[in-house]
Amino acid sequence: MKILVAIKQVPDTATQVKIAGDGRSIETAGITWIVSPYDEFAVEEALRIKEKRGQGEVVAVTLGPERAKEALRSCLAMGADRAIHVNDPAFNDADTLTTARALAAVVKQEQPGLVLVGRQAIDDDMGAVGGQLAEVLGWPCAYWIMEETIDADGQTVKAARQVEGGLEVFDVPLPAVLAAQKGLNEPRYPTLKGIMGAKKKEIKDVKAGDLGLGADAPQLSITKLEALPPRPPGRIIDGDIATAVKELVRSLREDAKAI
Amino acid sequence: MSKGETGMAGAFWTIVEDDRQGMPKKVMAEALGEAGRLSGGNVEAVWLTDKASDAGVKQLGEWGASKVWMVENAALAPYRGEVWAPIIAELAGKESPKAIFGPVTSRQRELLARVAARLGVGLCADAVGFAMEGDALVGTRPVYAGKLLSKVKWAKGPWVATLRPNVFRPADAGVAKTAQVEKPSVSIPDAKLKFVERREEAATGLPELTEAEIVISGGRGMKGPENYVILEAMGKVIGAAVGASRAAVDAGWRPHRFQIGQTGRTISPKLYLGFGVSGAIQHLAGMRTSKVIVAVNKDPEAPIFKIADYGIVADLFEVVPALTQEFKKLLET
Ligand SMILES: Cc1cc2nc3c(=O)[nH]c(=O)nc-3n(C[C@H](O)[C@H](O)[C@H](O)COP(=O)(O)OP(=O)(O)OC[C@H]3O[C@@H](n4cnc5c(N)ncnc54)[C@H](O)[C@@H]3O)c2cc1C
Ligand SMILES: Nc1ncnc2c1ncn2[C@@H]1O[C@H](COP(=O)(O)O)[C@@H](O)[C@H]1O
Repeated sequence: MKILVAIKQVPDTATQVKIAGDGRSIETAGITWIVSPYDEFAVEEALRIKEKRGQGEVVAVTLGPERAKEALRSCLAMGADRAIHVNDPAFNDADTLTTARALAAVVKQEQPGLVLVGRQAIDDDMGAVGGQLAEVLGWPCAYWIMEETIDADGQTVKAARQVEGGLEVFDVPLPAVLAAQKGLNEPRYPTLKGIMGAKKKEIKDVKAGDLGLGADAPQLSITKLEALPPRPPGRIIDGDIATAVKELVRSLREDAKAI
Repeated sequence: MSKGETGMAGAFWTIVEDDRQGMPKKVMAEALGEAGRLSGGNVEAVWLTDKASDAGVKQLGEWGASKVWMVENAALAPYRGEVWAPIIAELAGKESPKAIFGPVTSRQRELLARVAARLGVGLCADAVGFAMEGDALVGTRPVYAGKLLSKVKWAKGPWVATLRPNVFRPADAGVAKTAQVEKPSVSIPDAKLKFVERREEAATGLPELTEAEIVISGGRGMKGPENYVILEAMGKVIGAAVGASRAAVDAGWRPHRFQIGQTGRTISPKLYLGFGVSGAIQHLAGMRTSKVIVAVNKDPEAPIFKIADYGIVADLFEVVPALTQEFKKLLET
């Protein structure tokens, strides 16, 4: 089975982000870039499916600027077989729908039996591309999946989706889109051999034209980024436990009106 | 039925999240409240369910919905995107709402993304604020793990958005207000996903994490799974949900569904109480929009104190029982 994994390169959460001069994007200098954590669950799951079935191909795909190749390289080092880089300035302002349409065009060319995505990318935190990709393709989709098993003949995947109050389990006909939630697996670290091997694997550059797409204006645009409004300064309540606890409860009731 | 004959054209729609027992959830008061303020009261509810009720319709009316578009059908449960999204898109195509809002829940996050894709319009997920700029809606949403806020605009309508729970002021319930029920004729697509089973979580007797007005969070400082009983005891007294940090979840002390943070649940309660949580950036990502933050940690340098409104530097095992007693005294008198 061929499995396509959509991954996004994002700033490491621990790095500071600063607003760039244009007021609507971030300063990219000094940022450590990583594969979005949920996407690592997706890559790991794809590799496990291939290993379990004893055959298949795992293709990592991203839409992003030149630097996003590094993220693809990480996926290849984990064990993906090859990668596709949708790398075109036409997509600089891509919103989730533009991204989903571009990924759908790649899916149509590649015709995988399964597409895995992350629950959400931790830069824009939209959690939308997977569902929109399924919608554009007209494929079934299961979100926030915690476990999955594909039947022997590769026709159906049994997927458990996390919902409020429990898990819902579905038989999902393939091909389908699955969105990985934390808890699905523990992603592996690339081995030295994997890292060396990744250098020889193919990363194909693709332009909008190759996908039969033009430069659509995005449906949602960011007009401005802002720093968080500062929180009022906090207060450390001193004194012995009994006194401190009394004062805390009094403050919560009378000052903060939080209880 | 032709366009505009049955609904008010240009209404703000809210997609109903219900408790699967025929009642809309409390988050709907917030979605309807915000939609009402932005539209000057031109709000309608769209309720897809296998089980509606008159009490539920009455509740939606009291929260400000002038109309409830009701599609009640056994095929709608459990939620499946390929069934729900086309129905809402079809109805929106006929009735031309100005906006389509829904609360952030596990299913509406997917649903409204799909509806937006079907309609070919923008989606503002997990909004924490809205403003009208002239005739245009501007959404505000946290990005980069909540480190920045992003202002977004739609190229065209309907403006589709999901709203973070506990952020927007709920509608003031007006008992005199009633909603008119409209049962549109829509085609219900066949489900592709075949339902197998639902695995219910063990009931905690405490509110759901993402909806709770008060959340207690226990981190690695809790030292072991057996100690969460003291947090649950406090939770029972003040009606709080009990969550955890990733360190506690990864240690196997709490199931993943209780994890707060970037790779867990995003919460925005009126009151967050953290015990033995250091306040790592990824934890803050999931709780920094909480209104009031209390931290108890024995390390005065713990980063959580930087965003806490109230802090106590002490051993949590001494503070928790004393605090529970104090809450009891307050709430029982
Ligand atoms: C990609 C990624 C995603 C992540 N996602 C999340 C996420 O979603 N949620 C999350 O929470 N973390 C997440 N993390 C992990 C995060 O970086 C921290 O490791 C984690 O939040 C730490 O949990 P903690 O505060 O419980 O533990 P620690 O950082 O170990 O802090 C424990 C605290 O307890 C205090 N303490 C100990 N004993 C006591 C006592 N008796 N009384 C009072 N205080 C005491 C200590 O002083 C310390 O400050 C993520 C990390 C990465 C890399
Ligand atoms: N630019 C992109 N390239 C490839 N995959 C993406 C891209 N953006 C989002 N995705 C995928 O869609 C998921 C959800 O992203 P988002 O809707 O942006 O939160 C991510 O976890 C990825 O799997």
